[in-house]
Amino acid sequence: MMAWTRDQMAARAAKELEDGFYVNLGIGIPTLVANHVPESITVTLQSENGMLGIGPFPYAGEEDADLINAGKQTISELPQSAYFDSAQSFAMIRGGHIDLTVLGAMEVSQKGDIANWMIPGKMIKGMGGAMDLVAGVRKVIVVMEHLSKAGDPKFVPECTLPLTGRNVVNMIITDMAVFERSDRASLFRLTELAPGITAEDIANATTAAYLQ
Amino acid sequence: MIGAGTSAQRIYPDAINALADLLRDGMTICVGGFGLCGIPERLIDAVVGSGVKNLTVVSNNAGIDNEGLGKLLRTRQIAKIISSYVGENKEFERQYLAGEVEVEFCPQGTLAERMRAGGAGIPGFYTRTGVGTQVAEGKETKFFDGEEYLLEHGICADVALVKAWRSDETGNLMFRKTARNFNVPAATCGKVCVVEVEELVPTGSLDPDCIHLPGVYVQRVLVGAPYDKKIEFRTVRPRETA
Repeated sequence: MMAWTRDQMAARAAKELEDGFYVNLGIGIPTLVANHVPESITVTLQSENGMLGIGPFPYAGEEDADLINAGKQTISELPQSAYFDSAQSFAMIRGGHIDLTVLGAMEVSQKGDIANWMIPGKMIKGMGGAMDLVAGVRKVIVVMEHLSKAGDPKFVPECTLPLTGRNVVNMIITDMAVFERSDRASLFRLTELAPGITAEDIANATTAAYLQ
Repeated sequence: MIGAGTSAQRIYPDAINALADLLRDGMTICVGGFGLCGIPERLIDAVVGSGVKNLTVVSNNAGIDNEGLGKLLRTRQIAKIISSYVGENKEFERQYLAGEVEVEFCPQGTLAERMRAGGAGIPGFYTRTGVGTQVAEGKETKFFDGEEYLLEHGICADVALVKAWRSDETGNLMFRKTARNFNVPAATCGKVCVVEVEELVPTGSLDPDCIHLPGVYVQRVLVGAPYDKKIEFRTVRPRETA
C-alpha cells in the first residue's frame, strides 16, 4: 500500500494557495507547506506572535533573538514584512482577514470539529493560538496522518478528545486521501486518493460518515 | 511647563528599586513576552528576589525551566497562572500534575484581547473563539446574526511588567521586531506599568510618528542592559555557494 509522504501532503495543501493570500501555517507538516508555494503566485505568511511576511531561516550567524516565529524558531524578514503586537495579530485572525490556515490534528469529526490541543492526563501544553485560528480564519485545512500511531482512525463520528473548535474544518488532507466539503452544513466528500489507495482502504480506515 | 512628566518621576536605577514599593503577596502581575522573546527578565529576577508569593501571573507562556517565568515557578511564588501555552517547561508540568499551581488556559487571541480590553476600559467582549470547547464552560453565550459567541472578561492587573527596546524620558516606547508581542497589551492593563528597556534615549530623539506605545501607559522605566537574549530554537539555512 502506497501513501503520501509528509512532504507530499504539504505539497497537496499548497495547491489550495491562491495569489495574494494571507496564510497562517501551524507547526509540523503545515510548516512544510511554505516549501511548496508555486513560483507563479505570492502569498504572505502570518506568524501569530506578531509578523506578516515571514522570511526563510536566517544564515548562520545572522540569527536574531528578537525575530522568531510562533514555533519559537529563528526566522528572517522580507522587504514587505510588518510587525505588530499580539492584540493586533489576533484581531486580523479573528476578524477574518487571514484567508487560509493549515493545522495538524489529533482528531477531526464528520461534522468538522477538530481536537488538537489536549490529551487529558497526558498532554497539558495548552491551545496557544489554535482556537482563535479555527474560529476566525476563512478556510481551515487539516493535514494529518489517516491513522493514529496506535492504528486508530482519526477521522471519526465524534471527537473523543477536548475540542479546539466546533464545526470549523473545511478540508482534510491525510497520507491516504483528501476530503472536502462545500459548506459547514454538509458532510465531507472523498475527493482524492493517494497512489495505490482504494476507496475500500479508506472505508476500512475511517469511522466518520462521508460522501463518496 | 506643559508636557509629559519629567524623567525624575519615571526613571529608576534598576528593577529592584522600580518594584520596591509595588510588590505584595497575592497580587496579580501581567507579564509581556512570547516564549523567551521580549520577556522582562530583569523585572522577573527582581520579583524572584523580593520573595513575594501567592501571585497570580497573566502571561502567554510560563517560561522554560529556569528561564523567564520558569524562575518564579521554581521558587513556588506563583499560585495561579493564566496562559495559552505552557509547553517546554518540566517544572511547571510537575507542579501542575501535583496540584501545586492552578492554571487557567486561555486562547492566545482571547488572552491578548482580554489585556487590551482591560486597559481600554472594556469589562467584557464577545468572541467566537472557544465556542463549543472547554473554554466555554460556565461562560455566558449570545447569538449575533445566528452565530454563537462567548463572553470573555477584560483583565486588569495590579502591575504590568514589560520589556521594550527604547524609551525616551517620558516613557514613549519602541519595540524591536517580534519582541513587541504581548508587551503592548500587557502594558496597558496594569494599574502600574513598569518597563525595562535596552536603551533610554533623550526626549525628542524618537520620531513621534514611530512610537509603538505612548508614555501615558508607562509609569516606571529602567535600563536593563546589557542583555544576553536567549533563543529557544536556533534554525538556520546554509549559505548558497557562489
